Amino acid sequence: MKYKCIVCGYIYDPEAGDPDSGIDAGTAFEQIPDTWVCPVCGVDKTQFEPVDE
Amino acid sequence: MVKVADSIYWTGYIDWELRNFHGYSTPGGSTYNAYLIKDEKPALIDTVKYYGFDEMLRRIKQVIDPLEIKYIISNHTEMDHSGSIGKLLAICPKAEVVCSPKGEQGLKKHFDSSGAGNWKFKAVNTGDSLSIGKRTLSFYLTPMVHWPDSMVTYSKDDKILFSNDAFGQHMASPERFVDEAGLDIVLKEAAKYYANIVMPYGVQALKAIEAIKQLQIDMICPSHGLIWRRKSDITAIISKYIAWANYESQNRAVIVYDTMWHSTEKIANKLFELLDKEGLPVKIMNLKNDDPSDIVAEVMFSKVVIVGSPILNNRVFPKIAGFLGHLKGLKPKNRFGFTFGSYGWSKGGFSELEESLEESGIELIDNGAYFQYVPSEPDLNSLAGIVSKVKNILTGDKSRAGV
Repeated sequence: MKYKCIVCGYIYDPEAGDPDSGIDAGTAFEQIPDTWVCPVCGVDKTQFEPVDE
Repeated sequence: MVKVADSIYWTGYIDWELRNFHGYSTPGGSTYNAYLIKDEKPALIDTVKYYGFDEMLRRIKQVIDPLEIKYIISNHTEMDHSGSIGKLLAICPKAEVVCSPKGEQGLKKHFDSSGAGNWKFKAVNTGDSLSIGKRTLSFYLTPMVHWPDSMVTYSKDDKILFSNDAFGQHMASPERFVDEAGLDIVLKEAAKYYANIVMPYGVQALKAIEAIKQLQIDMICPSHGLIWRRKSDITAIISKYIAWANYESQNRAVIVYDTMWHSTEKIANKLFELLDKEGLPVKIMNLKNDDPSDIVAEVMFSKVVIVGSPILNNRVFPKIAGFLGHLKGLKPKNRFGFTFGSYGWSKGGFSELEESLEESGIELIDNGAYFQYVPSEPDLNSLAGIVSKVKNILTGDKSRAGV
């Protein structure tokens, strides 16, 4: 499931991951470590919401 | 020459004539504050909007030869502060630009055509420090207060926080320090600034304040407006920021409206009359006269936000729609409100009005009060019901408001 940063709108797509931050493609949002931050605006995982698809 | 502290000079630009800061009304102009630290390796903290370069350079030259500048610290990428970096580097090309990693990315994107790809960047992270001689500067990244690249710079030896936009105000003045102008005036402008620029980022602002709280701060040098140097003033602005970041508000109401044929105006005035009769503090703001940036500042102070609009072509009235757009982006939170207005034959736009308030974090306390064409006496008297709910909220008895 995709997750959206409520602060800046960045969408985390598990199929793509966030390789620049060391998150491999295929990583579910729930499995991302709590130390990870939004690559666009720097806020933490608590500021993300699931995206209705 | 404006000396801020030992070997630290204000070398900014006073923008007397600015009246519109990307939609934020600035009847009192603004300033872009640049601070020059004269140490073994002179450092300039932030620059000015591009058209203020000459004044900034003139002020720098009163202190040192600009060729001596070793570091240009860019706390924030936005062009009101970065706008003169390129022109300054033309004079001191060996200077390094110190900024956050996102700052480096941002500056390169902003000034690609001015050769930013060739600037000497020194990216820093929270906790990094830079010795410039007698002093060591340290940096704290404050993402989304209010851009991804934002950071603040701290001089431990001077106990000065260079806070960039945080604690800033849009005020052009001969005075440079808050105590010279008067705390009340500056707080009012700082509040308007916070409401329009920082409001959506309360969580991030609180994080940033946590990070700097442990620092000893004798002076706060923002990038706009006056400098905080009196202890009680510093305490005041930091505690205000904490309150605003927690979305606190005062027990007052604001009625915001526009009108086509005075009907929505009649409803607004009746609401005021009924609230005023109860001794409740309420302010009316009309989109014909009042700027959305001033209305938003009033929303920040008010626990209850009441918005009225006529319907035009099944939509909410254009200036109200514009104001609602701004409000949605700012996300006030922790507030209550309701809606009212006059319609002709279709209540089409009222759902847009209601949804906009809810999306902004304003909980509707009742159905909207909508009347066809011209509200009658009984129509206006029926507003007493909603007024008593507002009274319960403003006098602290939330449980009886039915919310």
